[in-house]
Amino acid sequence: METMIIILAGILFSIGTYMLLSKNLLRIIFGTGLYTHASHLMLMAVAGLKNGAAPLIGENAERFVDPLPQALILTSIVINFSLTALILVLGYRTYIETGFEDMRQLKGMDHE
Amino acid sequence: MNNLLIVPIGLPLVAAMAAVFLQKRPKLQLAVGLASLLGALAAAAALAFQNKHAGIQVLHIGGWEAPFGITLVADMTASLLVLAAVIIAICCLLFAWDPQPLAGHHRHYLFPLMLLLTVGVNGSFLTGDIFNLFVFFEVTLIASYVLLALGGTKMQLRESIKYVLINMISSTVFVVAVAFLYSLLGTLNMAHLSQRVAEAGQNGMLTTVSLLFLVVFATKAALLLFFWLPGPYSAPPAAVTALFAALLTKVGIYAILRMFTLMFSHRPDITHTAMIAMGAVTMLLGAFGAVSHSGIRRILAWNVILSVGFILFGIGMADEQSLTGAFVYLIHDIVTKAWIFILGGAVIAIAGTDQLREIKGLIRYRPQLGWMFLLAAMAIAGVPPLSGFTGKVLILKSGVEQGAFITSIIGLLTSLIAFYSLLKVFIGSFWGETLLNEGEQYDTGRSAVLPGLILCALSLGLGIGSGFVLEWVEPAVDTLLNPSAYIQSVLGTGDG
Repeated sequence: METMIIILAGILFSIGTYMLLSKNLLRIIFGTGLYTHASHLMLMAVAGLKNGAAPLIGENAERFVDPLPQALILTSIVINFSLTALILVLGYRTYIETGFEDMRQLKGMDHE
Repeated sequence: MNNLLIVPIGLPLVAAMAAVFLQKRPKLQLAVGLASLLGALAAAAALAFQNKHAGIQVLHIGGWEAPFGITLVADMTASLLVLAAVIIAICCLLFAWDPQPLAGHHRHYLFPLMLLLTVGVNGSFLTGDIFNLFVFFEVTLIASYVLLALGGTKMQLRESIKYVLINMISSTVFVVAVAFLYSLLGTLNMAHLSQRVAEAGQNGMLTTVSLLFLVVFATKAALLLFFWLPGPYSAPPAAVTALFAALLTKVGIYAILRMFTLMFSHRPDITHTAMIAMGAVTMLLGAFGAVSHSGIRRILAWNVILSVGFILFGIGMADEQSLTGAFVYLIHDIVTKAWIFILGGAVIAIAGTDQLREIKGLIRYRPQLGWMFLLAAMAIAGVPPLSGFTGKVLILKSGVEQGAFITSIIGLLTSLIAFYSLLKVFIGSFWGETLLNEGEQYDTGRSAVLPGLILCALSLGLGIGSGFVLEWVEPAVDTLLNPSAYIQSVLGTGDG
């Protein structure tokens, strides 16, 4: 199962890279979203999926799942959620101000 | 346990939140911000003092013992860097009191965001947990994203999009690297990681992961992967740029310094060689960039890149002398970069443009700014008795002793080129007949005088009192070279 998830993360990373390399700003933002999802899946998979009971004292099990990766993923999800919101607003505002959504047009001039 | 460690993080955080609610009253905002930073300054000084006399200070947050909870660790390195960062934040806050291009409601959020950026920087220096380092990196970066876009001119928006994207991608790589590290070693506490790397031996997998970390931190520190830097560093108002130039890249350098002395110090033939090579190329390209531009902001931004390369040359050689040099130079660079960016910002504000050919003769208008600019340029070039000299001598001496002649020559040449590029700014903007008539200046430049003088005194003090400074830097370098003391004080028992 871990292998499957790792392969899935790899596929998401490649699609994300493809979208990051495109010129449309919105596609690039979606690309970063795919990147973060892939990294979260990977973090989950490399620490081992469901190989024990839930980490609660009342469970009385032989093995417990390591809860730390999930805490890390949760933190990372919160951060990336706010970042995605921020960059969507920034992108929208840039589009309103400059009228450009193509990264080639956002290159900038030397004389500024 | 020492609760003092939370002060440099907590106090500015509370002040930042208070300042958000005081948005209609900028004077009160400034007062609250300065008071909190002075508190943080006192705490950082106390921490440095305790380090000197009682060893490394540790705080297990919430009472969770070391490998399980999040730990804050103030060794001498962290304490001195926090001290420097807080002083810079105070100077930038004073300079930002008169933020010319920011008008209206944008101005209300300037002080809270600058305080939040300081919180993130202090947290990154003090944390002893690698995922917590990621979180504090993000705190710093999110504050910097908004500071960069604050004001909303076309150029700022354009540059901030690129800046946010670059940093989002490198943060993702950071999370991936942390995931690999956790799956290999099963811990995130830096002291515990160091212990386990030493026990298991730094094999190929771990070295690969360490190189992944090097790529992440190199992007944040503008080491070789600096292509993103000149744009964003020339877009926002001068006070914000000064804060960025002094602190943002330095957090990346600190992370490299910490990771590759505490954890991944066992394969210097791969990791440290890569660092020196990257440093050499960074110095060269930074120097080319600095001479090829004619706008003040761009010249200064390329100078930031140049000095990052030089510090990494020192860290990469990793003996006692070179690490001392790199650490002294790091502190010097925090001070002088803030200094020169504040002065350059004042020049741009007075003249109303940053193109050198349109500025002339400002020495008649504000002589103290002009002479301070010359002093700052000399400090960056490493002229004694100013602060750049000690660090440069130590790093270059190590370079010659270790046989890294080519990189040492590059280091010497590029500091000369840095001096030339800054002199070009000095001569271009301060010499000659003034183009501005009486009363035609866009700004008085008054707000730069006080922070300029503070930083000037600091740079002179660091240079003249370098014997005293080295005495305080010695315990820092000792801990960097012998991580056992760090591990002992974090994981050891009997400490409260």
